[in-house]
Amino acid sequence: MSIPAIAPLTFVDDWADAFPDLLPGLWVSIKVTLIALVIGLPLGLLLAIANGARARVVRWLAVLLVEIGRGMPALVMLQLLYFGLPTAGVVLSSFWAAGLGLGLTTAAYTSEIIRGGLNAVPQGEVEAATALNLSRTDTLRFIVVPQGLRVAIPALMGFAILIFQASSLAYTIALPELLAQAYSWGSSSFKYLPVLVLAGLMYAVITIPAGLLTERAERRLSRHL
Amino acid sequence: MSLDYVTTILQGVPMTLLLTFAGLGLGIVGGIPLAVLRQSRIWPVRTLARLVIDLLRGIPIIVWLFIVIFGLGAYIQYDDVTLPVVLGLGLISSAYLAEIYRGGLAAIHAGQFEASTALGMTRLDTMARIVGPQIARISIPAAATYGIGLLKDSSIAFTVGVQEVMYWTNDVARTRSDAIGPYVAAGLLYIVLSVLCAWGARSLGGVLRRRVAR
Repeated sequence: MSIPAIAPLTFVDDWADAFPDLLPGLWVSIKVTLIALVIGLPLGLLLAIANGARARVVRWLAVLLVEIGRGMPALVMLQLLYFGLPTAGVVLSSFWAAGLGLGLTTAAYTSEIIRGGLNAVPQGEVEAATALNLSRTDTLRFIVVPQGLRVAIPALMGFAILIFQASSLAYTIALPELLAQAYSWGSSSFKYLPVLVLAGLMYAVITIPAGLLTERAERRLSRHL
Repeated sequence: MSLDYVTTILQGVPMTLLLTFAGLGLGIVGGIPLAVLRQSRIWPVRTLARLVIDLLRGIPIIVWLFIVIFGLGAYIQYDDVTLPVVLGLGLISSAYLAEIYRGGLAAIHAGQFEASTALGMTRLDTMARIVGPQIARISIPAAATYGIGLLKDSSIAFTVGVQEVMYWTNDVARTRSDAIGPYVAAGLLYIVLSVLCAWGARSLGGVLRRRVAR
């Protein structure tokens, strides 16, 4: 078996060739990630609040939805929406199936993060709000949610990075995102290694600095503790 | 509507469990040297270890699997993709567990290092006999959580042709007019497997902790 030399120089040439084709893919990945966050974060907040509801049925329903959303792999969610739903009469484009699927996963995971944040708000503040005759809704709106979300920010940033990574799973539902673009470039040139490594680096160039930013936010927000 | 597809999907369970446990096992072992290098007193070693960990964690699993199977596949003939996929998952897991161990190390009181030094123990002895066992104990819950995440992430292996749960789900869904059934079944199966693994990890963690705790 002969092993062809992997010359670094040809690597750079291939990267220069492939990069313009990958950029639109990266943009699709970012767009899907943003859609997932726009759908998922409000739903996550809603589920977190429902988790602390007084009515038992609401509470149980919230727990059930969260456990289903967290227990199901994001990949299964995407496949279910894109390949499964049409047989039940609902047809989604690959972009919306990816945005919605990742959004539902985001909702389930972030609801637990946000719930942790809401629980971190001192009980005394809630009691003080009650003593001041604030309604339950106003207590949530002005006291608990603003402070709780602040506590949750670093963890939410960390999760946003994970969702950006998970957007690569949309390759399996024919979305022309970064990985799909890289794979198709590879299959037409038979140079899979350089282009896939380039795609990997393009993910890393975003996720690693974003991770550092998350660490910084964590330190900043915990300064007063 | 018949549920005959359930048996088809279930035949992927052993492979899903193999990927999960082999990947986690490799990660538990491989995370140790990576965590040690990450703490090295020589800065180029430390920086390099950090870079490796960040790249392994910063690039999506599916991209790593594609690099290994399709990228390196141009240079290496794989008879069976299972082994390279397991090695890839193991490598990625090593990076995650190295970070878990680092978190465990940070939780160890500085006085223990000082006491070990005062007793004339070498750095290696301190690590292996004093600090290491405690880190292992502290790391169990986080490692279990990671393992359950890996169980779900192992579904990605179907994209390179490993015959685990998602592979059979897609295989059976493609031939049916009610494709939603198999996907829902697969989702439920993963939920059940996660719950079982979480339960197993909790009882195993309890046993291990009792054994190490004094």
